[in-house]
Amino acid sequence: MNPGMPNLTDLKIVLPELVWCGFGVFIMVLQPFLKNRHFFTFLGLVGAMGGAIFSIVSAWNYGPGFSGLILSDGFSFFFHLLLGTVAFLVVLASESYLEVENLDSPEFLALVLFATAGMGVLASAQELLTAFIGLEMSSISSYILAGYRRDALKSNESALKYFLLGSFATAFFLFGIALFYGATGTTKFTAADFAHSQVGFLKLGLAMILIGLGFKVAVAPFQVWTPDVYEGAPTPVTALFSAGPKAAAFALLLRIFATVPAATHYWFWAFWVLAALTMFLGNLGALVQTNVKRMLAYSSISHAGYILVGFAAVTSMAAEKPSAAVSAYAAILFYLLGYALVKVGAFTIVSQLGGAAEKRISLDDYAGLGQRQPWVAAALSVFLLSLLGLPVTAGFFGKFYVFAAAIHSNLIWLVVLAAVNSTIGVYYYLRLIVIMYMHEPKPEAAVAPVRFPLTARIVLLVAVAGTIYFGVAPTRVLNFLNQPTLIGSLK
Amino acid sequence: MMLPGLLTSLILIPTVGAFALLVLRGDDHKFIKGLALGVSLFEFGFSLLLLRKMDFSAAGYQLEENFHWIASPPIRYHLGVDGLSVFLVILTTFLTAISVIASWNNVHERIKEFFVTLLLLEVGIVGVFLSLDLFLFFLFWEVMLIPMAFLIGIWGHGRKIYAAVKFVLYTMAGSILMLVGIIWLYNVTGSFDLPQIQQALQANPGLLGSTVEITHRNEGLLFLAFFIAFAIKVPLFPMHTWLPDAHVEAPTAGSVILAGVLLKMGTYGMMRFCLPLFPHASKVAAPYVAVFAIIGIIYGALVALVQPNLKKLVAYSSVSHLGFVVLGIFTFGVIGMQGAIYQMLAHGISTGALFLLVGMLYDRRHTFEISEYGGLATPMPKLSAFFLFVALSSLGLPILNGFVGEYLILLGTYSVSWKWATWAALGVILSACYLLWSYQRVFFGEVTQEKNKSLPDASARERGILFAMAVVTLWMGVGSAYLTHRTANATDTIRQQMVRPGDVAPQEASKPADNSGVKISLERSGTR
Repeated sequence: MNPGMPNLTDLKIVLPELVWCGFGVFIMVLQPFLKNRHFFTFLGLVGAMGGAIFSIVSAWNYGPGFSGLILSDGFSFFFHLLLGTVAFLVVLASESYLEVENLDSPEFLALVLFATAGMGVLASAQELLTAFIGLEMSSISSYILAGYRRDALKSNESALKYFLLGSFATAFFLFGIALFYGATGTTKFTAADFAHSQVGFLKLGLAMILIGLGFKVAVAPFQVWTPDVYEGAPTPVTALFSAGPKAAAFALLLRIFATVPAATHYWFWAFWVLAALTMFLGNLGALVQTNVKRMLAYSSISHAGYILVGFAAVTSMAAEKPSAAVSAYAAILFYLLGYALVKVGAFTIVSQLGGAAEKRISLDDYAGLGQRQPWVAAALSVFLLSLLGLPVTAGFFGKFYVFAAAIHSNLIWLVVLAAVNSTIGVYYYLRLIVIMYMHEPKPEAAVAPVRFPLTARIVLLVAVAGTIYFGVAPTRVLNFLNQPTLIGSLK
Repeated sequence: MMLPGLLTSLILIPTVGAFALLVLRGDDHKFIKGLALGVSLFEFGFSLLLLRKMDFSAAGYQLEENFHWIASPPIRYHLGVDGLSVFLVILTTFLTAISVIASWNNVHERIKEFFVTLLLLEVGIVGVFLSLDLFLFFLFWEVMLIPMAFLIGIWGHGRKIYAAVKFVLYTMAGSILMLVGIIWLYNVTGSFDLPQIQQALQANPGLLGSTVEITHRNEGLLFLAFFIAFAIKVPLFPMHTWLPDAHVEAPTAGSVILAGVLLKMGTYGMMRFCLPLFPHASKVAAPYVAVFAIIGIIYGALVALVQPNLKKLVAYSSVSHLGFVVLGIFTFGVIGMQGAIYQMLAHGISTGALFLLVGMLYDRRHTFEISEYGGLATPMPKLSAFFLFVALSSLGLPILNGFVGEYLILLGTYSVSWKWATWAALGVILSACYLLWSYQRVFFGEVTQEKNKSLPDASARERGILFAMAVVTLWMGVGSAYLTHRTANATDTIRQQMVRPGDVAPQEASKPADNSGVKISLERSGTR
């Protein structure tokens, strides 16, 4: 066999990415010839869902591809499904938004699909340069998407901030790769011979990688960009940011720290401190926000902190009892699943209620929503209660599972900190619910109910149904996530 | 087809009722109220079936329903009742039905949502009392918060939003630590099932730590995780500050449920979880808890004494009365604990009735200020007669329900420490002061305000619910043996569960003698 040529199995493994990229290119090619928005949206939907569906083909071919650069396993299957679903929902939610804001839809859709493909690569990468390509694919598309409202100042600011700080973080990541390579002689983190590597360089390299990815997932102290970028970006894009890239970057982080034995060992305290810091900065920041988008942005930061509690559990356990670490992985993945659904749903509501030029996104604009639009208010309440961690929602079960994993590895005090943070979180999530149901709308804000188009309603239906389903009957997903062989490269 | 069991039905009936209300004709207010009343009465009738189905002579949980829910972690849908929870469930269903009738005319906006919320609240509370799986318990415990917060925040008055948020924040702060405790217990015992955890800890206290010191330290931490959550709910001094706000701003139905059953979730939790699971820590904590309880009794009574606001007065009297319950529980003796259970039920009825009466005054005058009233006995003799009856029961007049509980608690406390009993008895005297004094200011004397002269007396609907409450009050007072006999087994079980292998401490040795005294005193109090 010609070593340069990918064989059929390789292609099957990257089929989801091929579908996403293929549809992205197809949309761009068709752009000059067609003007029908709905058709492009349709193509975008088919592409996003197609990628998710074809990840089953990838899952039939568990094993390494492209000479071990990527790996198809349960872990990558899970993330491909999740990312495809997120992309699908974002495309659905963006249709009416783009129309209202009078923005071109084909480019937007193509960029969403490219970004998703990049995230897909991140989730299955076994080698750092491949991961880097995935990271760049998703990041560069994200920078453009953040500035997609070209004539809005905030959107420009958002794109610029994201780009400058993002490039900086990417540089850290690359530097980390270089050090990793210098220390181990390979960029494949599965094949590295850690026993005979330069431990000092390896540590430093992993620290750099942690910083680079920490930026992407908005971990304190690398979170400063988040509120501004989230606020300025078009709201459907914010929905994508808070769900997709975050999940993908966490996936890579999880893979690296699950696979590289040295990593788990050294970074336990780093994760412990980062988790505590991120939770507090996110929650305390969210307390004083008056803009719903910014509040949800800070809430994103705090949730990255809860997920890091899971990471601390993984890294503290992986060395002594690898079997126990499995449930910690499962907890993190489940958390990401519930979190992604909720955030996409919540930002969809924010985007629809925002109206033209996103004018109505302050907390006061939500006053009286419970009476004006009871179903929308109910859906948003479900999302907020899930973020807050109230039972019968996916958010609660995710949090419960992460806490359980952390207590299992004796991180009682970290869990107590997380519990304190949950209580802080109650205040600002509840505040929005209180405003929706108990405040009278201001006279100037008393407007006619916003009509939700069918596309947005489908998004909300899926998100609410998912949030409640995973909160009531998580068994099936958990059984899948709890397989010891979920992460194929786990040693 | 498999029919749902009795306990599941108790959870399902209000759930189905709430959803039916939600989707059925929203504009027909008569229909909505009628349906809500039908559902709540049906639920009450159904809960009475428990008394027939249960065998009170047997120990342990009954009518259990135990199914797999989530495989890993092993969370089960496990329900069961015993002598402790069964009466609390009946109290809940009874007070919910009363609340529905009490809200007949004084809810004017979002009527459909009001009754939906009320029924969902019932689901949560009944679920808390029936759950035997810690995860399930926590689920209901949290789920019940939102309807209660909505009841206060939407249909309350004054600073209602502040009160609602404060209520949720206080409760959540405690309960999230309880969640940590629950997961810790799971981590140690591998189960969320209360009976299993109980047996595991009882058979092997060493599960909690490798040495005795670590075991005791961990047990202490776990005890605190649970106890603080419950103490906030009770509320035990100094965690009580949410209660007056919540009560004053809540609508009548909200206050009745809040005082009647919500607070009992805290004391129930202490008896169900803190004592049996962490006996050593409970015993260590008992003197401190007792001191806080006594401070609560006296402080609550003193604040009630100087309250210009009638509803706040009743709210602070709750702080005082619940202090008795906590004191009774932490005597660990049969008499004290029996008294505590009894006082929970008695307080639910008499304070519930007091809130109903205060709500009726509010419906007429839209104020709670005592100074706005005066001489009401002249325009409304029937209502003032009911008020006097209820106030007397609340201050512990023999023959009525308040007396039995307080008497048993004081008796039980006395056998532990005469000092505690003396201080707590002060609360009884003070309760007579603030209730009678406020009664005098509101109902006796000349009618000072022109507006009060033409106030209508209690309507037939109001007389109906007050009569029902009065009958229960009297029955509980004279027929107390009916209740104490049925709760005796539950109390014994809790005491047995507190025994750990190898801890025959000196104070345990005196317990048998204690026991024999109980029977006599129970007979005495029962047949008076």
